[in-house]
Amino acid sequence: MSTRRIFARPARYATIAPYLWMALFFLVPFGFVLKISLSQTAIAQPPYTPVFDLGEGWEAFKAAFEQLSLDNFRLLLSDNLYILSYLRSLVVAVTSTLILLVIGYPIAYGMARLPQRWQGIAMILVIVPFWTSFLIRIYAWINILQHDGLLNQILLALHLVSGPVAWLSTDTAMYIGIVYSYLPFMILPLYATLAKMDRTLLEAAEDLGASPAKAFWLVTFPLSLPGVGAGVLLCVIPIVGEFVIPDLLAGSNSLMIGQTLWLEFFTNKDWPVASAVAIALLLLLVPPLLLYDRLQRRQIEGGR
Amino acid sequence: MAGAVNRLSRFNMTALALGFAFLYLPIVILVIYSFNASRLVNVWGGWSLRWYVEFFNDRAMLEAAWMSLRVAAVSATLATLLGTLAAIGLARGERFAGRALFSGMLYSPLVMPEVISGLSLLLLFVALNAERGFWTVTVAHTTLTMCFVAVVVQSRLTSLDRSLEEAAMDLGCNPVKAFVMVTLPLILPAIVAGWMLAFTLSLDDVVIASFTTGPGSATLPIRIYSEVRLGVKPEINAICTLVIALITVLIVVASVASRLSSSQGESAAPL
Repeated sequence: MSTRRIFARPARYATIAPYLWMALFFLVPFGFVLKISLSQTAIAQPPYTPVFDLGEGWEAFKAAFEQLSLDNFRLLLSDNLYILSYLRSLVVAVTSTLILLVIGYPIAYGMARLPQRWQGIAMILVIVPFWTSFLIRIYAWINILQHDGLLNQILLALHLVSGPVAWLSTDTAMYIGIVYSYLPFMILPLYATLAKMDRTLLEAAEDLGASPAKAFWLVTFPLSLPGVGAGVLLCVIPIVGEFVIPDLLAGSNSLMIGQTLWLEFFTNKDWPVASAVAIALLLLLVPPLLLYDRLQRRQIEGGR
Repeated sequence: MAGAVNRLSRFNMTALALGFAFLYLPIVILVIYSFNASRLVNVWGGWSLRWYVEFFNDRAMLEAAWMSLRVAAVSATLATLLGTLAAIGLARGERFAGRALFSGMLYSPLVMPEVISGLSLLLLFVALNAERGFWTVTVAHTTLTMCFVAVVVQSRLTSLDRSLEEAAMDLGCNPVKAFVMVTLPLILPAIVAGWMLAFTLSLDDVVIASFTTGPGSATLPIRIYSEVRLGVKPEINAICTLVIALITVLIVVASVASRLSSSQGESAAPL
């Protein structure tokens, strides 16, 4: 028996506690979301009719099963509010991820071209904003974008605009907030693949007469596609369900799905509909989540 | 032999300069304005500590800050324990039944929209009849942040030279002893960094805390969030600056710690 195999047994025992914890607090709760999404709204505390109680035996279970209702899901499909907010979430997530890619790529590319000793510093500089509070960074933008904020003061002083521009409560503000918050998630995976790239390939392309632009599109960009994929997934999945940024920066006339869920839960106190919204959102996210899971496993475990 | 393609072009420099300005200017502006004496947020009235004094006299805010610090400290510690155990299992456990499910459960919370995690945990707590407050928020934050700890520690474990452990075992250590004496000291910087990441993530969370807390126990981000919805207040600038200062201290400590450990593994997440 190899040392590795002997080592593996106690290592496997180490997973027991985190396994149970994640099963109880991550997996099981989805069961409750599903269950409550199938129940009826009630004016009670908690505000839904109990669906079933395993303690009551098979007959009660069968009776309860017949009471399960898809009404909440029918509501999602029949009311434009929900469909529109799904579509809006998708549009916002895809648009902002594209903007992130366009802004993040040149930064990651520049970082990979820095002298070795500067690359580490540049990487820390990208990570630090990820560690400082996300809410505070959004708040910092409210400061800048508000009616008499710094941006309007500068624009007025430069005579670029005739009066203060309403930045807050617009999609522009929301996109600025999203791009600002998620930029490190895009830059770091891109940088990781670009830094690893074999530069002699570019020199070869150059020697063979390719212009720098052509060498970039034929050599660099295709080789950086794994990083592009990782960056896109790390941004697009959480942005679809984003709540705080659109709530603080965008206008209130069109909602993203995360806001709709929040509204149903906190304002309308309609837990069953909120749960149905969550289930529908989850279904939408399953394909990108599976893709992300595979990618993450490959990245961390290094092609085992 | 550096060809033209290897040099840092003017375009690269501009991209870097604009990128870092974009990342840092808003925070710098926020910090400067927190020392503004004027009540009008955007009119400069000279330097002052007025809004810091205001914060330290604001009982509700202080209580929320205290609650947040407690939640962050307890949940980061639990998350570090559980996350490190999970990382050991994934990095050293070879193949075992349910491994794919386990890693899936650990990686997906990193990108799972917070509204879903928050809602599902709340429904669990209601079903368990748990009293909502400090402990429910702490458990919720532990669940989220242990995944970040696991990723950080696992990538360190994977990049580690395993022959050291094997040598210790060849010299007669049992696996547990070899791990504690050899591996643990080597991954300690990653564990410390994981704790700090968990702490700052917990200190930052609005959405999951809003779902899982009960009446009368708001965390600092919940309070900041409800104030911010009503508009910009100079006192919030001061609070934010204090939080940034705290996190900066933690980052400096963490980077000193990771300086001690040399190479870092790469993961898709920016950690």
